Amino acid sequence: MAGNTGTYLIRGASILGGEPADLLIRDGVIAGTGTGLSAGDATVIDAAGLVALPGMVDVHTHLREPGREDAETVETGTRAAALGGYTAVHAMANSTPVADTAGVVEQVYTLGRTAGWVDVRPVGAVTVGLAGEQLAELGAMADSRARVRMFSDDGICVHDPVLMRRALEYVKAFDGVVAQHAQEPRLTAGAQMNEGEVSAVLGLTGWPAVAEESIIARDVLLAQHVGSRLHVCHVSTAGSVEIVRWAKERGIDVTAEVTPHHLLLTDDLVRSYDPVFKVNPPLRTDADVQALRAGLADGTIDVVGTDHAPHPSEHKECEWAQAAMGMTGLETALSVVQHTMIETGLMGWADFARVTSTTPARIGRLGDQGRPLEAGEPANVILVDPAARWTVDPYRMATMGRNSPFKGRELPGKVVATFFKGHPTVLDGELNTPYPYAAAPAGAA
Amino acid sequence: MKHLLSTQDLSRSNAISILDTAEEMAAVGDREVKKLPALRGRTVVNLFFEDSTRTRISFEAAAKRLSADVINFAAKGSSVSKGESLKDTAQTLSAMGADAVVIRHWASGAPHRLAATDWIDAAVINAGDGTHEHPTQALLDAFTMRRHWARLSGTGSEGADLKGMRVAIAGDVLHSRVARSNVWLLRTLGADVTLVAPPTLLPIGVEKWPCKVSYNLDDTLAQGVDAVMMLRVQGERMNASFFPSTREYSRRWGFDDNRLRALDRLGMKDTIIMHPGPMNRGLEISAAAADSPRSTVLAQVRNGVSVRMAALYLLLSGDTREPAQPVLATAGTAHTKESN
Repeated sequence: MAGNTGTYLIRGASILGGEPADLLIRDGVIAGTGTGLSAGDATVIDAAGLVALPGMVDVHTHLREPGREDAETVETGTRAAALGGYTAVHAMANSTPVADTAGVVEQVYTLGRTAGWVDVRPVGAVTVGLAGEQLAELGAMADSRARVRMFSDDGICVHDPVLMRRALEYVKAFDGVVAQHAQEPRLTAGAQMNEGEVSAVLGLTGWPAVAEESIIARDVLLAQHVGSRLHVCHVSTAGSVEIVRWAKERGIDVTAEVTPHHLLLTDDLVRSYDPVFKVNPPLRTDADVQALRAGLADGTIDVVGTDHAPHPSEHKECEWAQAAMGMTGLETALSVVQHTMIETGLMGWADFARVTSTTPARIGRLGDQGRPLEAGEPANVILVDPAARWTVDPYRMATMGRNSPFKGRELPGKVVATFFKGHPTVLDGELNTPYPYAAAPAGAA
Repeated sequence: MKHLLSTQDLSRSNAISILDTAEEMAAVGDREVKKLPALRGRTVVNLFFEDSTRTRISFEAAAKRLSADVINFAAKGSSVSKGESLKDTAQTLSAMGADAVVIRHWASGAPHRLAATDWIDAAVINAGDGTHEHPTQALLDAFTMRRHWARLSGTGSEGADLKGMRVAIAGDVLHSRVARSNVWLLRTLGADVTLVAPPTLLPIGVEKWPCKVSYNLDDTLAQGVDAVMMLRVQGERMNASFFPSTREYSRRWGFDDNRLRALDRLGMKDTIIMHPGPMNRGLEISAAAADSPRSTVLAQVRNGVSVRMAALYLLLSGDTREPAQPVLATAGTAHTKESN
């Protein structure tokens, strides 16, 4: 299980925002916790003032490889992830070719291991080619070396109700989950932004909230009917929060995700016509933002997923209608969540760990991620300086995407160190070295 | 850097300044020699990503009457997938020394992109962008209404606004850049605007606009109007369930012969009928209405040249004038404040 990744003594970190304690990391696991631990041969890291958290797990990342290596590669995307405090990411299936076969998901999985910055967990497509017509070989992907548990046509909604029902039923065979991109296609033909007061003035085709909410309502009922597990990607409206809350009250096995950008930004920003604010689902209203924050705080929304979506600059330096949808997010997620949820008093760091690590790992069925910071657990740990303030500069990020909607904003919180399987991928806020898979003993995770 | 992108950010004094300047320009059009030397040596590019012969030749005539050099650039079909990007086109025009770019684009906000980026340093005039705005159309409509309103009150146009004028704008508001620009500008000038449309052709959020909304053209006429502006119904709407059939549309929301007679019956002898053109005769406007003495359709075309001369003149000569005479909008200041 453990690799020879060295020994580190983290001194005086606030564990999940609580009392300061030491963490001893040795050969990939947390060897001990407490106060006044003996350093021995360990490299000592002074963590006074820093918060220790479990490595973050993203349920929603676009790494673009294979096929769009001009936008991002597994290497660059996972460097960004490590810098952002992640130790695992779920790579969405809308690559070229689509990750709809065991071969493609194993390729992505292998690229992730070769890079070595985080666990890369491929998401399998629900339907062949994301075409929404025929189930992809979900079982083959589940049985592959990539051990896929999450399936999604993200970017496109599985809108055919029969196909969605079958997918939900079928993944029960291997404890899978269908992650739905909830967007009724007919109600959103040509949609450019949230439909409402701002779209009316700007003359941009609207993406109505009902197009998301109607699919979520249908899908929670389908999940209940077939007794399966549903995950709703990037919930963006107040109405969606209400529907998920209702479903949970009825005991339906549904989890929901919100992106950092939907926790902070509103469609007012579209008035600039700057496509850096173009995203799917679109930025909504302030009432939606407040409902999403409240939903995340009270557990209705289970996790934060970045929907990290890098694009080459020419896909954003153009007319709004021509521009690609999507925003980068891996390197700003922690800061935006701290800003919107912690500094507003809605959440503490223990809640932060729940929505960015523990629950995402559970949804993706990642056994060695999102674990407590206790002796014997895998050493996926990050150290965060909550007092840091920094101004977002997309040109200084590790991701190839320059499309950060937070450009120029001052945000709180900085990842100081990321330990992935006991190895520091990030130290002093800078990339260190990837996890040395090759040096690890055979059979190492 | 000054641009004309929208009427929403146009103050009352700036709007009136444009209209007054347009009156001066109109006087030039009545002279035997219809040309001013004002923009000699300046280059105006008509950058049209969408066909519009009417608007292009209106801008071309306006620029030429001011002695500017005019380049017509039909960039139809240009797109990221098919060819040159807007950024490259803009930078090309910049390298050629364009002083003003008159841009017509199918994409809402394209003129804002030109004005907000560093792609080009020229003055940008929005000649119609997607379903967003068409500010010079609204200005020529306001110019036409103001002349009419001033004549009725027996005063001159200069310095006047449209206070108390009742304007109905009827038709496909949802997809109309003309309607949007008119709503903001007419409100700024003091007119009372009522939008009349089937509910399917009104945007969600229209209730926040500074105007009244009606689903019934006959009721709106009966309550009294001084100008009725009919909007063109685009062909592609007809098969998208916005309304059941063109005949039903015409009966309920078209300005037909019955409604023309109703104006007489209701004693509204001075009510004008407007249309931005091109008209669908028999659909949103009957031939009798379009050709009646109430129709201002040709006056609108004529006034368009004067208004565009004024816009070009004020933008291109503005940078040598006193800053105390601010004209038109500054890019980036728009929208965040209620300016109407």
